[in-house]
Order: sequence, then C-alpha cells, then structure tokens
Amino acid sequence: MADMVCDNCGSTDAVVHLTQIVNNQMSTHHLCERCAAEKGLESAPQMANLPLIDVIAQMTEEAPLDAATAGAECSFCGLTFGGFRETGRLGCPQCYEAFAGHLPQILRRIHGSVEHVGKVYLPPDPTASEMENRLEGLRRGLNRAVQSEDFERAAEIRDEIRNLEPA
Amino acid sequence: MNEFEAIPDHGLSWLEASGEHADVVLSTRVRLARNLQGHAFGLRARVNDREAVLRQFKDSTERSTVLKGGTLLEMSSMADRTRHILLERRLVTKDLLGEEGSEPAHGTAVHFSRVDPVSVMVNEEDHLRVQSLLSGLRIQEAWRIVDRLDEDLGRELPFAYHNDFGYLTSCPTNVGSGLRASVFMHLPGLVLTKEIGKALRGLGELGLTFRGLYGEGSEVVGNFFQVSNQTTLGRTEEDLVDHLDRIVRKVIEDELHARQILLRDARGVTEDKIWRAYGLLRYARALSFEELMNLLSGVRLGASLKLLPGLRVYTLNKMMIFTQPAHLGQAAGRDLSSTEGDAHRAAYVRRILATEGDVKADDTSSDGDAPSQQP
Repeated sequence: MADMVCDNCGSTDAVVHLTQIVNNQMSTHHLCERCAAEKGLESAPQMANLPLIDVIAQMTEEAPLDAATAGAECSFCGLTFGGFRETGRLGCPQCYEAFAGHLPQILRRIHGSVEHVGKVYLPPDPTASEMENRLEGLRRGLNRAVQSEDFERAAEIRDEIRNLEPA
Repeated sequence: MNEFEAIPDHGLSWLEASGEHADVVLSTRVRLARNLQGHAFGLRARVNDREAVLRQFKDSTERSTVLKGGTLLEMSSMADRTRHILLERRLVTKDLLGEEGSEPAHGTAVHFSRVDPVSVMVNEEDHLRVQSLLSGLRIQEAWRIVDRLDEDLGRELPFAYHNDFGYLTSCPTNVGSGLRASVFMHLPGLVLTKEIGKALRGLGELGLTFRGLYGEGSEVVGNFFQVSNQTTLGRTEEDLVDHLDRIVRKVIEDELHARQILLRDARGVTEDKIWRAYGLLRYARALSFEELMNLLSGVRLGASLKLLPGLRVYTLNKMMIFTQPAHLGQAAGRDLSSTEGDAHRAAYVRRILATEGDVKADDTSSDGDAPSQQP
C-alpha cells in the first residue's frame, strides 16, 4: 500500500483509516498512529494485548536476570532461559521443571493464575494417584454441572466416575 | 484434487451459514493444544522427534472411534497449491506449512475425522492441535466435539501433563487447558457507528482478545474480527467456553443495535453504500482480494438487513474462500500473476452472483418501508 498522508498532521504514515457516518454523511479519515491515539482511536494491532516476548522482556527489565538465571539450561532439550526469553517458546515438557523458579511469575502475568483447574488428564496406564486425581477432577466437574443444572452433562460425568471407581 | 474428495464436505461445511447468527458470526473454532512426553516441542523438534510423534499419532487413530477411517494428509507429500488450498479453507495454519517458498517440515500432517467435524494438526507448534471448525455461533458444540476426541487420544497417547500447570505447551500462553475458542465475526455496524473501539477495548478487559483480518497495511479488512479467549490457565474449559459465548452474544446484540441505528439515522447512505458494493461486485473486471473483502462487507450487511433480497450468506461465504490465490489457480489450472488473479477473481464473483445472487433493485420496494428511489 502506498504511504498515506495523515489528515491531521500531514505525516506520510497514516495507518488508521476510519470510515464514519455523521448526519447521514459518510466520510473517511486517514490518521497516523499518534494523531489517532490523541483522538482516542487506536489501530487494531496496537490494541491487541502485548505479545509474550514483550511481557517477558518487560519483566526481566524490572528485575534483570543474573548470569546464572539467563544461563539456566533444560537438561533434556538444552534450551537456556535466555533462549526462551528470545523466542517466547519452551523447548520441551521438561523445560517447565527446568525453569520452575521463573515460570510461575510469567504465568501469573499472562493468565492471572498459576494453577490448572480444568480437565485432569488420565494417562494410558495410570498410577493410583493419577486415577485419584482424575476422579477428583470429575467430581468437581459433576458439582459444576449440577450447579449449572446441566443434567445431561452431569449424567455423563456420573457414568465416567462409576467406570473409574474401584468396585 | 483427490485429497479433498477424501475430506468430508471437502472441508467446507463451515461455510454453509447454518449455525446460529450465521450472518454475523461466520464460524466458530475450538482447538486444544496437546504434546507428547519425551519429545521436544515444534521449534526445537528434530526430524526423529517429528517422525516419532507422527507414528504414535497414526497408531492411535486406529483405536479412536472418532479418527478411525479418516483421512491423513502429510504436508510434504502434497503439491504446494493443494497445501495452500487447505490453508485458504482455514483447515491448517501457516505454521504447519512452514516458511513461504520452502518445503514443509518432515512429519507435518493433518488428519480429518470421517464422523465428526474435527481434525488434528500434527507437528505444528505443538505436537497435536485438535480442532473443530463449525459454521455460525456454536462454541459449546465445538468444545464437546474436541473434548470427545481428546478423551480418545488421551487413552492412547502419553500427553505431557503437569499437576499444577495442566497440559504443557510450547508457548506458555497456551498452557493449562490448551484451549483456544475463537469466533469469526462481521461487525460493520459497530465500525460505521464508531462503537467498535469501545467494544474491542471492552473485550480486553473481559479477558478476551481479538484480531482483525488484516490486509497489506494494518487496516482491518472488511470489518471482520476474530474474538477469542486470552488466557488458558486457571479456569475450567466450560468456564472459558461459556464466558466467550456470553460476551460474543453481547457483541452480536450491540452489532444488531448499531445496524438499526444506521437504518434509522443514515438509511440513505447505508443503502447507497450497500448497492454500490453490490454493483461493483456484479460488474467489475478486476478485483484485488482486499477490495473484494471490503465490498463483501457492504453486501453482507445488505443481505443481513434484507436490503438485498434473496442474496444468501452461503453465497457470500463461498466468495471469500474461492477467490483466494490457490483456489483461483486451481480453477485456472495454473499459477496466476497478481493482475491475472484480480481478473479471475472478478470473473468468479460475476459468475456466482449471476447464478445464485441475482438481486433485482426493484425487489426492495417489496420491503414496504424502503425509500422510493425508483423513477
């Protein structure tokens, strides 16, 4: 797209294009980022939430990483914490253990929580405690289904609990 | 095109405009991110990781009632145009196809179920992405479909799961439930009445996020927005899904209200904009995809407001998909230059409007309250 001139300040980087109808008249305005912001408009990408990499960067700016933390490495895939900070992607399931000292803080910033409360996974050959965790998760789900009067769902969960519970 | 013969409805059932509020909500997607223990995630996965993941997944499909008898397509054994048709039908992601101009990574694949509208992408950013794409607003239904398949797969595959953090994912923004539900909406009323900024800011405050369908600039094309949950950890799947559903219904209500305001306060301008858009689509000899999307927005609004009688949302949905480069190339039997593409796009649009979208201007008078613009 050719550079567009901002209707307000005349700079050549108008990126916000606003079509409006006032008193039955339609008009289109082209504004640069700054003028748009001054008018209380923002271009869509700016309004989207901060990407993860920025979140991590912002956090490490507030509390700079020491060499040991930056160099902390996952023993399974070899990813360093510094590497994670650059890409925003973890390397493997073990990374969650390797960076356990720092991840909760990041997760809290992203999700406002550090604890999974959803579905409890039941692996193919479950241990007794994995089975108990699953059952507990299902009972929580049953309570929620009953509370929200979703009786069809409640019946499904009840069947599943019966199938798993030791006879 | 044998690949598409094997996919139920050629992967196009989400276009049929059958779900609730299908004129405002094009489609609903719910996906779950899952990874297997013992293998590096997407970006750091080596060839043997990806091969092992694909092998384990293939074995599990045989024992899954949902996946058995379905269709597995490996990206590296498909023609480039066919892969891009999958992308244009929104059945795979750009990430699955890899860098533009280079071959897809070894082991990348997608598997379509024969029984449910659900598929699994293999070796994308996460090892598995289970997803259901439905027409209209059907968030709970899409969630139940992916949940059912997830249970099937979980019985067979050792998922990476953590007692505190839940399902582990490559990106920490997906960890926990691994669930992302998104709704693809058309919101011209809110844009034209200047309410969109407020609406979108509100979404952010409610833990939702949105993306526009962006053109070459940062401009949102055609007033289409994708609204989805922002967080995946600390809330149950049902909670995430119900919350999105509730908010989306409120946005739809606001959108419909904004449209009524347009009709009340600016009926002349609105009708003119809609009919101009229809006229251009009906007769233009060259259309860029961006121009098409912007005109389609006007025409879609017209169809929804019954100002363009007889024009079906399904026809408009098809126009969005079949006018993308790989689809046009497929129809022409060769790759098209950008100029040729614009001409082919306009020709396709003229043809489809002539056969199933022939709206006569006179018909508006049957509305009763339409302005008397006829001579």
